[in-house]
Amino acid sequence: MIQIKFFASLRESIGISSLNLEYAGESTVADVAKELVERGEEWRLLEERDVLCAVNQTLCGKDARVNDGDEIAFFPPVTGG
Amino acid sequence: MISVQRDDFDHCEQYQALKEEADGDGAVVTFTGLVRDFNIQGAVSGIHIEHYPGMTEKLLMHICSEARKRWQLGQIRVIHRVGTIGPQEQIVFVGVTSKHRKNAFEACEFIIDYLKTSAPLWKQEGTSEGMKWVASRSSDQEAMDRWANTANLS
Repeated sequence: MIQIKFFASLRESIGISSLNLEYAGESTVADVAKELVERGEEWRLLEERDVLCAVNQTLCGKDARVNDGDEIAFFPPVTGG
Repeated sequence: MISVQRDDFDHCEQYQALKEEADGDGAVVTFTGLVRDFNIQGAVSGIHIEHYPGMTEKLLMHICSEARKRWQLGQIRVIHRVGTIGPQEQIVFVGVTSKHRKNAFEACEFIIDYLKTSAPLWKQEGTSEGMKWVASRSSDQEAMDRWANTANLS
C-alpha cells in the first residue's frame, strides 16, 4: 500500500486530500503520477513541471524510487514565511 | 527549538529565551515576519496557511542543521504559524545566537530564505474576491540561490 497526499491548490483542484493505492510495482514517483492521471482531466495537474513531490516527507525529484509502504506527496511551489 | 503552531507567539519571550540560553555568545539576531495588509492586487484582509504536518517540522530541523554546517551558532529558534492569521499579525520568527554578529546575521537570513523556498507551507490571502492562493515568487528563489556557495563556511 502507498499513501498519497495532496496539498493546497492541487488538493482543491483534484478534490481529495489523500488516498491509498495498492502497490503494484511502480518504481518511481513519475510512474505513480502516470497511473493517477488516468483518473481524469484534473489529475493531469500532477504531471505539470512546477508540481513538487516528496517521498516519506523528503523533497525529491519525480525520478525518486518508490517502495511498498511509502508516503508520497504532491504539492504546488511553497509560499510560507 | 522548532515550533509549528496555530497560536501567536510573544517576540519578547523568544528574545529573552535566546538571551538566557546564549551562553557567552555576543550576538542575537531575530527576524519576525508579519502579514502585509496589501499585495499587488490590493488590500488583504488576512491569510490562511496550510502545511504538511510532520514534513514541515522535519524540514525546519534540516534547515537548522544546514545553517550549523555553515556557521558557528549557539541557539536557533524557528516558529511558524499555520491556520488563519489577521493583517499585521506575526507569521514567522527566526532567532539565532552566535559569538559574533556576522554569523548570526547571515544564518538568520539563510534560515528564512531556505524556509520560504522549501518548507511545505502554502498561503492564501483574503481579497475582495475571496481567498486566493499566493503564487511563489522568483525573487525568493533568487534570494536562496545566493547561499549556494556557502556550504563550506565555518
